[in-house]
Amino acid sequence: MSIGAAEIKGIARLARIAIDEADIARYAGQLSQILSYVEAMNAVDTTGVEPLAHAIDAIAVTRPDAVTEAVDRAALQAGAPQVQEGYYLVPRVIE
Amino acid sequence: MFAETVTDIAADLRARRYSSAEVTEHYLSRIAELDPALNAYITVCADQARADAARADALLARGEGGPLTGVPYANKDIFCTRGVRTSCASRMLDNFVAPYDATVVEKLSAAGMVMLGKTNMDEFAMGSSNETSWYGPVRNPWDRERVPGGSSGGSAAAVAARLAPAATGTDTGGSIRQPAALCGISGLKPTYGRVSRWGMIAFASSLDQGGPMALTAADLALLMNAMAGHCSRDSTSVERPDEDYTRLLPQSLAGLRVGLPTQYFAAGLDPALRAVIDAAVEQLRAQGAVTRPVELPHAAFAIPAYYVVASAECSSNLSRYDGVRFGHRCEEPRDLDDLYTRSRAEGFGDEVKRRILVGTYALSAGYYDAYYRKAQQLRRLIQQDFVTAFADVDVVLSPTTPTTAFEIGQKTDDPVTMYLSDIYTTAANLAGLPAMSVPAGFIEGLPVGMQLIGRYFDEARLLNVAHQYQQETAWHLARPPRT
Repeated sequence: MSIGAAEIKGIARLARIAIDEADIARYAGQLSQILSYVEAMNAVDTTGVEPLAHAIDAIAVTRPDAVTEAVDRAALQAGAPQVQEGYYLVPRVIE
Repeated sequence: MFAETVTDIAADLRARRYSSAEVTEHYLSRIAELDPALNAYITVCADQARADAARADALLARGEGGPLTGVPYANKDIFCTRGVRTSCASRMLDNFVAPYDATVVEKLSAAGMVMLGKTNMDEFAMGSSNETSWYGPVRNPWDRERVPGGSSGGSAAAVAARLAPAATGTDTGGSIRQPAALCGISGLKPTYGRVSRWGMIAFASSLDQGGPMALTAADLALLMNAMAGHCSRDSTSVERPDEDYTRLLPQSLAGLRVGLPTQYFAAGLDPALRAVIDAAVEQLRAQGAVTRPVELPHAAFAIPAYYVVASAECSSNLSRYDGVRFGHRCEEPRDLDDLYTRSRAEGFGDEVKRRILVGTYALSAGYYDAYYRKAQQLRRLIQQDFVTAFADVDVVLSPTTPTTAFEIGQKTDDPVTMYLSDIYTTAANLAGLPAMSVPAGFIEGLPVGMQLIGRYFDEARLLNVAHQYQQETAWHLARPPRT
């Protein structure tokens, strides 16, 4: 599998990671190398094999719908980049 | 004057040979002296450790507390600690202070242990050499030009250099066992679901598992008694009765059936490494174990399947770092999109970005079946291989790593070669099985680890085998030069 510059830009866009033009070729080379390597998986015929998402049989867990702890908003927001009156601030999204 | 293992320090504290305050001070002064050269710690919590030690001493003076009360330890900087920065070795979380303790931290605190600090690691636990840390590489105490392994490299180096008698680690594809092997200590990755993941920063949620790292198997058993157990805050935590992980330690190895995977001992295994592992196998035979070959036909596909599953899950988990609620935010974002993309570009290092991109690609429309679904199908075949093998044997034995510690910088330009460091370890994560690394010898002054893989929830048996082996060998007590 060979990944080109346009694909790297597309993937980076999906992943919301800004990539410098100067780094695109390097990422393309490395991703191509990694994807070619993992394609070794194709040597195994897995027709009819049930995918395994989780090693231990996971069952949906529920708990009583009861208050167990109080959320301390000030403590949670202490490390936030920008807050005002309990709200997270971001650049204007609606003009 | 001070003992070095958790077991011996605990006994000395109970016998009042010295106080927790004294042994804590001893480790703090060793950290101050030796860590500038090793970089095993990101944060040292001297004041908090002294306060915790004083509390432990008060309990001990009243004859109270448990088997671990007053024993110092370190936490990998992936476990959230209330009031103490949890960075995950990333610029993204350089300023992050969690408002709560991880379940593991809470349990070890409740057991009376004294946290010395937070250990260095690969960024977000992605790496096999500890070179991807935002805080710089950790150096291997056995040779400071070499890597300690990763991702729990700081924990492994700290224990090996006697900068902590024990440390926590996490293991997604070998991140407890591989650094334990390269630093000459013991490390256990429990069965998936046995140790709570709550408050342990997520990398690949279906693979991540926390566990203990220490000098001896007996120490690991004591730590497991405090760390393991069902946690209602982790939806994948397994509901099982608590158990005493020390209960099988004294059991003889007579009749133990050890499986040697044909695929792991095939051509390509370094002859010097093979000689060390063969000698370890011979030692187990001398203690009464019987060995037989076992087949793991899909072993070669563990790394490809692992890198697809791990990257896919990491791309999903790390989408939470958006520069809005916590973590790094870029300066003067133009708009919301610029805030997201630039904060993430600046906050994440190269390897983390690479894996997010690989995972994003593998999960994107049109590629899901070829990569993620295919990897999950192989995951089932790999698991079935082990189920078949464990019908005939009690444990599976192999080298932990294909080489001893490599030089810093040697593999950083070649991600695939770096991934091959985990060639023997990723299968246990894909299958969710417990596995450990036990010091088994040296090659040219560098430690070699032997890996033991067990049946689901058979940690006590792995610890039994390792402990009995350690009764007849002294590799686990060897001390690095200049420490």
